[in-house]
Amino acid sequence: MYYNEMFDGEKVREAYTSLSDWVDHMPSEIRQMKQAEAEALFRRIGITFAVYGEGGDPDRLIPFDMMPRVFTQREWLRLERGIKQRAKALNAFLRDVYGRGEIVRAGRIPARLVYQNEAYEKAVVGFVPPRGVYSHIIGIDLVRTGRDEFFVLEDNCRTPSGVSYMLENREIMMRMFPDLFRGNRIEPVDGYPDLLRRTLESVAPAKCQGRPRVVILTPGHFNSAYYEHSFLANLMGVELVEGADLFVEGEFVYMRTTEGPKRVDVIYRRLDDAFIDPLCFRRDSMLGVPGLMDVYRSGGVSICSAPGAGVADDKAIYTFVPEMVRFYLGEEPILKNVDTWTLWKQDDYKYVMDNLADLVVKEVHGSGGYGMLVGPRSTKKQIEEFRKLIEKNPSNYIAQPTLSLSTCPTFVDEGIAPRHVDLRPFCLCGERIELVPGGLTRVALKEGSLVVNSSQGGGVKDTWVLSE
Amino acid sequence: MTMLSRTASNLFWLGRHMERAETASRLFEVGARITLLPNTAQGYQNEWESLLRATGASDQYARDYGDLTEENMEKFMIFDRENPSSVSSCIHNARESARIVRTALTSRVWDALNVSWQEMRAMQPGQEDAADLADFVARHAATVHGAIDGTQLRNDGFHFMKLGYALERADSTARVLDVKYFVLLPRVEFIGSGLDSYQWQVILRALSAHRSFHWAYGDDVSASRVAHFLILNGEAPRSLITSVHEALWHLEALLRRYGGDVPHTARDRAQALADRMNAMDIDEIFEEGLHEFLTDFIREIGQIAGFVQDDYFHGRG
Repeated sequence: MYYNEMFDGEKVREAYTSLSDWVDHMPSEIRQMKQAEAEALFRRIGITFAVYGEGGDPDRLIPFDMMPRVFTQREWLRLERGIKQRAKALNAFLRDVYGRGEIVRAGRIPARLVYQNEAYEKAVVGFVPPRGVYSHIIGIDLVRTGRDEFFVLEDNCRTPSGVSYMLENREIMMRMFPDLFRGNRIEPVDGYPDLLRRTLESVAPAKCQGRPRVVILTPGHFNSAYYEHSFLANLMGVELVEGADLFVEGEFVYMRTTEGPKRVDVIYRRLDDAFIDPLCFRRDSMLGVPGLMDVYRSGGVSICSAPGAGVADDKAIYTFVPEMVRFYLGEEPILKNVDTWTLWKQDDYKYVMDNLADLVVKEVHGSGGYGMLVGPRSTKKQIEEFRKLIEKNPSNYIAQPTLSLSTCPTFVDEGIAPRHVDLRPFCLCGERIELVPGGLTRVALKEGSLVVNSSQGGGVKDTWVLSE
Repeated sequence: MTMLSRTASNLFWLGRHMERAETASRLFEVGARITLLPNTAQGYQNEWESLLRATGASDQYARDYGDLTEENMEKFMIFDRENPSSVSSCIHNARESARIVRTALTSRVWDALNVSWQEMRAMQPGQEDAADLADFVARHAATVHGAIDGTQLRNDGFHFMKLGYALERADSTARVLDVKYFVLLPRVEFIGSGLDSYQWQVILRALSAHRSFHWAYGDDVSASRVAHFLILNGEAPRSLITSVHEALWHLEALLRRYGGDVPHTARDRAQALADRMNAMDIDEIFEEGLHEFLTDFIREIGQIAGFVQDDYFHGRG
């Protein structure tokens, strides 16, 4: 049985008491009108974009569901503690593996998984970025299976996207249903851009004097998340730059302006490591800035997230995050990991191959619901095909049990019905670790579907945290 | 706040492309109207050919279409995305520039651009006649321009956009005038004939200027008066001299804003051009040859645009 976030049998749960009234008293013609209005608003502002790594048509609109997803203050506080704890441990891990590697020496994580990881950047070994922070924006994907049961599906330590949806969903809800916000005390999320700017300013390099100049580095307007890049730059009041707007001279990075070169101190990059500096990484990259890494390593500019941060978030390292929490913080993890079988282990391999029909199998470096097998929803033929893929390269895969994702009431053609949801909150790490009360809730709009990815029929919801 | 060179360049080109879209539709209208008169030995094809020559697109047209028909010309000048100067290409490019610099534009400007792009996309060749097409484009161009004037901050970004408009307008009026030269080229004896006067009227009409012309000069539509109106009259909104003065005004504003340390070659050249034109009279231009004058003028405008690029869009790194 799935955990229904609104109903406990017949009884409405605490978080949804006032919304239940609102839903009951909304005639279907008003609902349809409002739904059309919401779509028109999204189209008007031009928010079309795909969530990280999902691919698909960049001019596509992600369906917006007007029924909010609600957390009580008590529920949120626990989540918040768990998320911050995890973010802290992930950064401690990064600091460690680019330094002495204590966790490997202590035998808690196999050396191979760290040092032979594709995302491990030898180019930054021994360099400690300002405040020892590697990953400044961490998106942690969570699912819920019970009242107090939250599981982390994956960590995103590189450049998680979707935060513009969190902000726009709220904006649109407030515009369409101001009464709801008058009647309920909902924690605001609109402080995010400001908090992000302060976080980025707080990690300015040692050589920076005066107020740091922050820029967002985008791959360009053909990128599917370009809307988000320009949206954030606008709200933060910083420049949105492409690689060709920046150049290196001497010890610093400059941007080309109409008044000549201006020094840049902090780069919030929204492109992958491989593309940021053709001299250091991929030579054929046209997106990056030649010489950027030299300036970075000599403390002339900060890059967020730091090159190499990706080693903390792949699916093989994921299984060790609870271990990191214990090792670096001396605490018990508040948020649980999903049980994970790693196919490079003999025992796990045997178990998984014997039980493919009941498990979810994922590629270690895959994302967005591609390159995965959902056993219970696959045909025998699909399972056998996937088996062959696994046999070719077992260490490329992990397996997890199929989770009973919680459901949230969602507007559908016939009225309102439960649909499965997940949650991506965005944790900011700089001088302090901060989290705005909310996140991006994705919902699987197809009945019975557990896949929330927008490329496969997923939508989004506003996410509320009630204040005391 | 400092402005990225790339941002400034996109704003500049947004202005140029919007103005160019209007030019393309105006030129098409001129062509369609002139062909209503069977005026030359070669027949109507001659006018389309001259129009293509004035826009420097003859080769591309010959390659992609061949036959000079109004139907083909409509496709080429209005809808063809392979033709960089077609209305459709220009509106697409203007919107693309706008998309890149969304944050430097007000939502009204973006809306206006986005709507014109969407409506343009929904149109099919052969749906409207030339005059309606020109109206359609002029209406959208005016909405965008109005949104810019009405809502944009008067900062450097505004000046770059308006500079783009002004330089493109100078170039465009010169090219429309040049069409007239090409039309007349083979048959000098038409000068001063009724036909000649009709063609000048068509050009005035295409520049939405026939009423203001009559207001300023009375009924006599002679070559030298129309040329004076479109070249040297500082009150005519699309005249060469007005466009040069407007470009100069925005370049002056940039100089004031950035100070003398930022290079201002474009401003100096525009100033020199404006000084030269202030001292000109129309007889002098006709003596030199209208076509020669226009060719020099178009080249000079191109060079000023090049200096804008060097002064502001390069970022010196």
